Amino acid sequence: MEKVKEILQNYSSEGRENLIPILQDIQDNNGWLSEGSIIEVGNHLNLPVSKIYGVATFYNQFSFQPKGKYHVQVCRGTACHVLGSASVLKELESTLKIKPDQTSKDGLFSLEIVACIGACGLAPVISINGEFHAKITSDSIKQIIDNYKQQQNN
Amino acid sequence: MKISINNIIHEAEKQETILDILNRNGIKVPTLCHIKDMFPSGACRMCLVEDTISGKLITSCSSVATENMKIQTHSPRVTEARKTIVELLLSNHPDDCLYCVRNKNCELQNLSEELCVTERRIRGNKNSLSIDRASSSIVRDQEKCILCGRCVRVCEEVIGVSCIDFINRGSKSIVGTAFNKGLNVSSCVNCGQCIMVCPTGALTEKNHFSEIKIALQDPSKTVVIQYAPSISVSLAEEFNMKPGKDINGNINAALRKLGFDFVFDTTFGADLTIMEESSELIQRITNKETLPMITSCCPGWVKYAEEFYPEMIKHISSCKSPQQMTGAMIKSYFAEKENLKPKDIYSVSIMPCTAKKFEGQREEMTQKGISDVDAILTTREFVKFINMFGIDLEKLQPELTDSPLGTRTSAGKIFGTTGGVAEAALRTAYFKLTGKELMEFKINDVRGLDNRKETKIKIGDLELGVAVVNGLGNAKKLLEEIKAGRKDIHFIEVMACPGGCVGGGGQPINMDTEAIKIRAKSLYNIDDNASIRVSHKNPDVVALYTEFLGEPLSHKSHKLLHTSYNMRKVIL
Repeated sequence: MEKVKEILQNYSSEGRENLIPILQDIQDNNGWLSEGSIIEVGNHLNLPVSKIYGVATFYNQFSFQPKGKYHVQVCRGTACHVLGSASVLKELESTLKIKPDQTSKDGLFSLEIVACIGACGLAPVISINGEFHAKITSDSIKQIIDNYKQQQNN
Repeated sequence: MKISINNIIHEAEKQETILDILNRNGIKVPTLCHIKDMFPSGACRMCLVEDTISGKLITSCSSVATENMKIQTHSPRVTEARKTIVELLLSNHPDDCLYCVRNKNCELQNLSEELCVTERRIRGNKNSLSIDRASSSIVRDQEKCILCGRCVRVCEEVIGVSCIDFINRGSKSIVGTAFNKGLNVSSCVNCGQCIMVCPTGALTEKNHFSEIKIALQDPSKTVVIQYAPSISVSLAEEFNMKPGKDINGNINAALRKLGFDFVFDTTFGADLTIMEESSELIQRITNKETLPMITSCCPGWVKYAEEFYPEMIKHISSCKSPQQMTGAMIKSYFAEKENLKPKDIYSVSIMPCTAKKFEGQREEMTQKGISDVDAILTTREFVKFINMFGIDLEKLQPELTDSPLGTRTSAGKIFGTTGGVAEAALRTAYFKLTGKELMEFKINDVRGLDNRKETKIKIGDLELGVAVVNGLGNAKKLLEEIKAGRKDIHFIEVMACPGGCVGGGGQPINMDTEAIKIRAKSLYNIDDNASIRVSHKNPDVVALYTEFLGEPLSHKSHKLLHTSYNMRKVIL
């Protein structure tokens, strides 16, 4: 269930300075910002929904689709780039059949590009639900994704 | 305070921006994001000038002059920078000027020419964004958008609707609605003020050309046209005549040349509106019904109320607008007189307005599934229509409108400017309540371009409070006062656009406050020189009631001339 009303109770309806903290709270709790939640924020702060959507789409930290059960973050920092993260991303896109910031139809995987995640020694690196996978190759990536799919089936 | 501009000393006021000083002294500096009389945003950088003391390029729109400043407005550095900005704007532009509705009337095109952009130095990836045609009034072609933000600001600051804003960031930025949906499900009220400020062809009206051309070719159709009170004073300058000149005779002649079978005047419908609306006002006062009563002529305002103030709907007059009243009479009274079937009449109107296109297709504006009005042209489209058919408007011999829906009084004519509807309604209400005509027929307190005008009119024992607002942002403030319990206002006129219809979103591009003033003045001149200045004396309106409608607010009037409004659930 979406938790929006409870979050809004913690914020005064006066003043738009609360907008970003509210959106962050909703993002943290629900994992994404639904249309319904954005409209409710608009009602609460008495701000046009177009404005809220404008602010929310400005920042990468907000997503507009629910995240998958397994959230895949691909590091596109310098070290990872030099060691081939572009092809890792490409491989992931074709394996999962989604683009960055999308979620697969079965709701299992979502994909996100992140700047350096501070594990340059492991480059190219991806993180799935916070678990790091080091020195990724096109072959290993399929294996990793398969493992998660199997985990789901068992 | 003194500052040096291009090595010449100029006087400057305190807090005056450099751009204002330049404009005051006839020095032209290009702008794109700037809107006169609005707070500068400094986003587009076109108005750069060189501050030769600091050596910096500064935006003249947002920089305030300081003592002994030295400015160069057209130094090589400045012109090079401006040119680069235009080249960057063009780098991802569709470049389809020849196919663009704003060809020869585009600020980007003009700047490109002015700054001598003659080759493509910067190649960027073209955008591929879909065209939003979902609205019945406004089309958005985002590929042509240069992100100046003027539409966003007008929608928020003048109209108070904010249905669009910037979405995403950096190179992915676009102007769009909430959740980037079609304009039709947004809170857009179709006023078209965004089109008026758009420098390019990113925002245009939904074109009704082809349907009208087909109807004109169809022998089974009787094609009838009406034009709004403000039209005759709004397009002279488009044909090299004096701005504001009343050219209704030439328009009548042109419309016949275009092939319209009957030429009527929406001003007749305005007179009819006054008959119904003044009766409704008197009825509401006598029966102690909901007050204040608010006018319903402006479809932008009506949709705004349905979205933002559904609790105030009961305040809005049930009268259809003059366009719809004329349309309803064309397909009933006129059809009966001419022995025509309503379905064989194709009814067109020319409006200074884009919201009229929306109004025309409202479900409430039909009788047995047949629309009161079939197609609506904006003033801009009408100008194109005339040019397309090779008509030299200035040289035409003026002609009269057709009977019976062509006779008008000057009371209906002043509908075209803010305050006009209120004044016309009060003239007739005064007569109906006292049996006497209002002295000099003038209510100066409701005239002029102020955001809000208020007055009290003594009619017999009754003291009537009247308020007139233009620009929906100003309506909002007044409505909040009424909601908070203000009781001294009985009658309110609301127009969505600044200045009323003479400043409408369907008017020729490049309109400024001066043009609005000249058009308004021209309407009041027509009124000053008119022989009939009250709607209740319009002989054709009197005949219409005798022959067909009975009396104002009769059963037949209600069926044909009145409507209802409903709360509208959109994304606010």
